Amino acid sequence: MSRELTLRDALREALLEEMRRDETVFLMGEEVAQYDGAYKVSKGLLEEFGEKRVIDTPIAELGFAGIGVGAAMNGLRPVIEFMTWNFAVLAFDQIVNNAAKTLTQSAGQFKCPIVFRGPSGAAGQLAQQHSQTFESWLGNVPGLKVISCIDPADAKGLLKAAIRDDDPICIMESEILYGHKGMVPDGEYLVPIGKAAIRREGTDVTLVTYNKMVLVALDAAAELAKEGISAEVIDLRTIRPMDYATIIESVKKTNRIVVIDESWPFAGISAEVAYAVQKHAFDHLDAPVIRVNSADTSLGYAPTFVEEFLPNPTKVIKAVKEVMYVTR
Amino acid sequence: MDTVVEKKPGTKKKSAASAYGKEQYLFWYELMLRIRRFEERALMMYGQQKIRGFCHVYIGQEAVSAGLESALIPGDGIVTAYRQHGIALGRGVSCRAAMAELYGKETGIVKGKGGSMHFFYAANKYFGGNGIVGAQIPIGTGIAFAEKYKGTNNLCVTMFGDGAARQGALYESFNMAMTWKLPVLYICENNGYAMGTSVERTSNVEEMWKIGLSFEMPSKSVDGMDPAAVHEAIQEAAAHIRAGHGPYYLEIKTYRYKGHSVSDPAKYRSKDEVQQYMDLDPIKTVEDLVLSKKLASEAEIQAIKDRIKEEIDDAVQFAENSAYPDGKELFTDNYIQADYPYITD
Repeated sequence: MSRELTLRDALREALLEEMRRDETVFLMGEEVAQYDGAYKVSKGLLEEFGEKRVIDTPIAELGFAGIGVGAAMNGLRPVIEFMTWNFAVLAFDQIVNNAAKTLTQSAGQFKCPIVFRGPSGAAGQLAQQHSQTFESWLGNVPGLKVISCIDPADAKGLLKAAIRDDDPICIMESEILYGHKGMVPDGEYLVPIGKAAIRREGTDVTLVTYNKMVLVALDAAAELAKEGISAEVIDLRTIRPMDYATIIESVKKTNRIVVIDESWPFAGISAEVAYAVQKHAFDHLDAPVIRVNSADTSLGYAPTFVEEFLPNPTKVIKAVKEVMYVTR
Repeated sequence: MDTVVEKKPGTKKKSAASAYGKEQYLFWYELMLRIRRFEERALMMYGQQKIRGFCHVYIGQEAVSAGLESALIPGDGIVTAYRQHGIALGRGVSCRAAMAELYGKETGIVKGKGGSMHFFYAANKYFGGNGIVGAQIPIGTGIAFAEKYKGTNNLCVTMFGDGAARQGALYESFNMAMTWKLPVLYICENNGYAMGTSVERTSNVEEMWKIGLSFEMPSKSVDGMDPAAVHEAIQEAAAHIRAGHGPYYLEIKTYRYKGHSVSDPAKYRSKDEVQQYMDLDPIKTVEDLVLSKKLASEAEIQAIKDRIKEEIDDAVQFAENSAYPDGKELFTDNYIQADYPYITD
């Protein structure tokens, strides 16, 4: 049995269930308690778990991220919410230099089971400082795992798995898709970290993507179907470790691939996927790997800038036709 | 809140030290001497290129570690920065494991993975040497947060230098620790220099203990050349913290006789200044006091010296005889997940 839930409520259920299951789990961040979360993901948690376990912080990302790291080293399982990953840049020292390094520096003496989570990516006309993605930044760092997923059922199962995982994990959600609905199974379940999902099966071209670009890819695939082009859509779900096997297997079937990646093009997720495909499926490719990224610029405020900046179905369809050598 | 005690830093109060017995003095003496001799030998081995990388020695600051270890109780944690051999030895890391780590050997306290800046010792709640200036301040605050969360009576000593005290991480941590009344003892080891930059060149606020005042945190300045003074200040602070009153902040005024690291000739300060502090040397002071008060005989002191020399010789031998870790050990301890799929192509 399953029910329709928003991404926001699915994430809230994950937190609720894990906090009920394990007393060492606590939630800390700006506005997570009395305000119910800037995006209402933590609605009602203060009421059930009290101030000890649902903790409003001052605006001090570096400080409370570090407090989370210390608490994790000393036996707790913190979930640290950033109002947006853009603000988490202030905390990157703690994420990159400490959470990711604790286990190796201490040669296994101290683990750091912590979850950093919050929305990532452009969310309308929010301009330069509030429209960035960080999957590739953090995915670059050994010691971290990175999850980026907006499917409500999978996001719930992944957050639960992340809270139980003994390694430090960064989870990217989406500001504009907290209200996005999907069918969520009843009862207890986990989604494995490090496994991609095939959202739509196809035979002519593979579309690899993640987070809200999955919806862009699915829209493009639906349009392409009308023209007789069958696109397979892979949702990476986890960025690090990446599920290369699912990508390679798909490319061996379709012989063509387009990567749709909201991050900037330079040294990003799309580049990583392209490398893996040319390395492991070179002889299966009938066209170069093509990527559709956000523009190699900061995002300005005007609606025309947003339109120009982000990948959209039209851009994806154009890219697919390029790898299909279709000129119409 | 408790009254904030103002005290002129640097004013040497009459040491209450003579109030302590033989066992206490010899504990301090032996620990301080072990740290001193260990680091002297480490510098020598560095000169022979047996030890590489960054190496920041604690020589001159040993009374801080000694006073800490006599005042804390089992269950208390410590986290500090990268000038940390002395703190680690105080926490019970053996000279063997410490020297082998400096050599980068697999028998080191962190299997050759950390080197001079990153010793950790979970068994005695030593949360490590941190290489990013000031980053351990929020971490220590979080360790204390966990103690309060779990309902223990433990505290976390969170140490940093006068340089780190200028980082924003301190402000954020002090603020949250006071707001949530966390059991954390902040210690600024003020040795006068952030690398080569003297305290008065880094801030308008030269008296480091005053930083706590804007958070209404009980704050004091302590003579760090005297293990008894350090011990007493920490006992008092710990009692305040264990009573549930929240954090406490001590500026411990100390001095490093050597440069910031092995590569620093310390040209930014005068020989006279260094000599001034060497005249206050805590090891010599305690030795003189023990002998003059007849708490121990010359022979007993010599026996300690001999024992420590033997310990250090043995540690060097141990490090020399140990193997480097296999290069493949790079792929362990990055993740708890045993089958993590590393990218290898």
